[in-house]
Amino acid sequence: MAEKSPQELIQIDLDPPRRDWRNPSVDFESRRGTWSYPAAAKNIEYMGYANPREWSPTDDDWQLPDNWQQIIHEGFKERLAKYRSLRVFMDTCVRCGACADKCHFFIGSGDPKNMPVLRSELLRSIYRNDFTLAGKLLGGFAGGRKLTKEVLKEWFYYFFQCTECRRCSVYCPYGIDTADVTMMARELMMLVGLNINWICEPVANCQRTGNHLGIQPHTFKDNIEFLCEELEDSHGIKIEPVINKKGAEVLFIIPSADYFADPGTYTFVGYLMLFKQIGLDYTMSAYASEGGNFGLFTSHDTIKKLNYKIYHEAKRLGVKWILGGECGHMWRVMHQYMDTMNGPADFLEVPRSPLTGTVFENARATKMVHICEFTADLIRNKKIKLDKSRNDKYRVTFHDSCNPARALGLFEEPRYILKNVCNHFYEMPENTIREHTFCCAGGAGLGNDENMEMRLRGGLPRGNALKHVRDAHGVNLMSCICAIDRATLPPLAEYWSPGVEISGVHELVANALVMDGEPERTVNLRGEPLKEEKEGTTDV
Amino acid sequence: MSALVSLVAVAALALLAVVAVASDDLRLVFGAVIPGIAFAVFLVGIVARVIRWARAPVPFRIPTTAGQQRSLPWINNSELDNPSGTPGVLGRMLLEVLFFRSLFRNTKVELLTDKEKVNYIGTKYLWAAAMAFHWSMLIVVLRHFRFFVEPIPRFVEIIQAVDGFFQVGVPVIYATSAVLVASLGYLLLRRLVDAKVKYISLPSDYFALYLLLGIALSGILMRHLEKVDIVNVKAAIAGWASFQLVRPEGVGVMYFIHVFLVSVLLVYFPFSKLLHAPGVFLSPTRNLANNNRAKRHVNPWNPPIIGHTYAEWEEEFHDKLVASGYVLDKE
Repeated sequence: MAEKSPQELIQIDLDPPRRDWRNPSVDFESRRGTWSYPAAAKNIEYMGYANPREWSPTDDDWQLPDNWQQIIHEGFKERLAKYRSLRVFMDTCVRCGACADKCHFFIGSGDPKNMPVLRSELLRSIYRNDFTLAGKLLGGFAGGRKLTKEVLKEWFYYFFQCTECRRCSVYCPYGIDTADVTMMARELMMLVGLNINWICEPVANCQRTGNHLGIQPHTFKDNIEFLCEELEDSHGIKIEPVINKKGAEVLFIIPSADYFADPGTYTFVGYLMLFKQIGLDYTMSAYASEGGNFGLFTSHDTIKKLNYKIYHEAKRLGVKWILGGECGHMWRVMHQYMDTMNGPADFLEVPRSPLTGTVFENARATKMVHICEFTADLIRNKKIKLDKSRNDKYRVTFHDSCNPARALGLFEEPRYILKNVCNHFYEMPENTIREHTFCCAGGAGLGNDENMEMRLRGGLPRGNALKHVRDAHGVNLMSCICAIDRATLPPLAEYWSPGVEISGVHELVANALVMDGEPERTVNLRGEPLKEEKEGTTDV
Repeated sequence: MSALVSLVAVAALALLAVVAVASDDLRLVFGAVIPGIAFAVFLVGIVARVIRWARAPVPFRIPTTAGQQRSLPWINNSELDNPSGTPGVLGRMLLEVLFFRSLFRNTKVELLTDKEKVNYIGTKYLWAAAMAFHWSMLIVVLRHFRFFVEPIPRFVEIIQAVDGFFQVGVPVIYATSAVLVASLGYLLLRRLVDAKVKYISLPSDYFALYLLLGIALSGILMRHLEKVDIVNVKAAIAGWASFQLVRPEGVGVMYFIHVFLVSVLLVYFPFSKLLHAPGVFLSPTRNLANNNRAKRHVNPWNPPIIGHTYAEWEEEFHDKLVASGYVLDKE
């Protein structure tokens, strides 16, 4: 990928060719860089999924089971009976084209099958052929297609080229949610053994160790203690992290990337500094050591399986309620699936901030509060002291992560926090933020290195909006509330908008947080001087 | 190609009606039998489809949130784009069904490759055409009630008066006739001219448009050129209503084309994308409140899946847990 410059990559023709899209053909060999490696047999075996084997999409023979068509047909039928969403989404599309240019992968690649309407048509054409009267009678005229190996290969290519960001769903007059369609297609493919490793390995890890990265409990503890020791060395602030403490008031659930790699670790330390300052009685868990849930990119059953540990651990530890860190798809699961799948959480109490007394009515049933809701409430009630000037070297913008945006509508809380912890805040153009926000192009399990060209292509809309505020306002930091973003946005920014760093919101909170008895701060959490030397800075 | 196939199909259907006029028996079939059957298929088909949708469970509450959630009391939430309860959902659905709220958001991407700039420009053409078509279609259908109901209901007379406000031509040319044809024309042209929309269009997409255009144009021609005898038409239609086969008399070829194409539309409706009309009411991303964390949603088929339990986990990592000084549940 490195060989193509941004100037070259942006030469995209959004006008599709004239030929009929219904003739499937994907040449995986010539499209390296735009697809993900298949799941290793050991991960499929560990999870008990179908058809474990070593294979490559470039193979002619994908080693499918002999009756693969029947398996998919039966699986499709079962899901049509179980999900109204699937039925309605299969029947109602009128191909108006409103969604066509809303997908970041389409904008960045010009590949017409990345228009959400056609992504869904890949499945819908089979639905018509197999399950509708019109399709059975009229075939191609009614838009039906037979499920051939070529169609299946196309499914693998394009349904693992959707990040389930739901942007198209905002514009669809019938609310057709391509994320839901993609989830169904991935479930169907799974039945015959088509999975990608960057999803399946985290899933297998998570099932075994409790987190996607496969961090075992001793390493979990070591990592966290190491981060706290580093903080003590650089800032003279001593934190005793709390792990697996029974009877704590709050169970704190985080995405594992936050205690594993930069820049997520700064945010992680930020959480702990905040908790220390306010004296929150919390505990983390080495068993429920992952809030994220790659089951969301696998199957509904897997979501439930991996999510099981959250309430299970809350019950075991005897906490009152659950607080969740900054993570995107984790919050889609916690918000839209957890209670339905693994609830009711009647052994917990309705979340109430011990500092402000605020009862989080919006979390009355699920009993889980987003840390941005929690912190915004602290700031509003003046329970923490903040020195904004400590973030003065940053000119900050905020990237709305797909799931908090379009599955929760968590827009104001992080903005309120940011405006209270830094002096320079700038919004990106309005059609690229809030419900219109663009994906990092690495979500839903696609943030792997072999898929880098597609990530950078899909990252064009976000990268371009970022470049706009970088040039217009000198923005040098993009904050976000998603662990996948914190991993995928740095290469995106480096490519499309060099000079902009990525952070979590609570990293900036912790920078500004005035703590009792702390030595004077000279550096921020990244160990950089708080005040930038005048030389080399440009005031735009 | 798709466009041509569909045009031929609709033209052939219209021709079929033309041929039928020649024979008395076929006049009965096309003027009375087919419309009756078509109406029955339409009703049964739609009801069956909606029942099938409604019977499929909604295992998860998955609204697409397009505005601020309701969380802390001092943050203004956007009830219509992110409803927190039933009133908000009703509002959202009304905006969606009556005013095509989501389509109103439409933007067009503009890629300035030389400037390395991507712009998103608000565009309302599709929204305007869709609104123009659906609303004028509704009014036209309501206007037709004067053929079905005796005496003519008051609201139909009012609609007719307003619709014919400009008093152009004899008989008066209704504004909605013009708007209907113009909006259908735009929607068709868009499919033929916009490369992206052309690419995604299936034969059935053109078919529906040609069919509707055929219906509109044959209706207008019948009213303004052929000038059918209203009394005869009413008699024929009264026959449908009383389940008697009445052969339409004193009506010309346009009448047969019009009635036959309408019959085709009615039969086609429950088996095609025209189902978007009832479908929009059942879309789980729009008709559910985003109160997921406040109110439990039950999945009727929630599978009995249990994850890796803490006890299993503790057993698997027992030695490492002990070595790192964790307190165990089981010593």
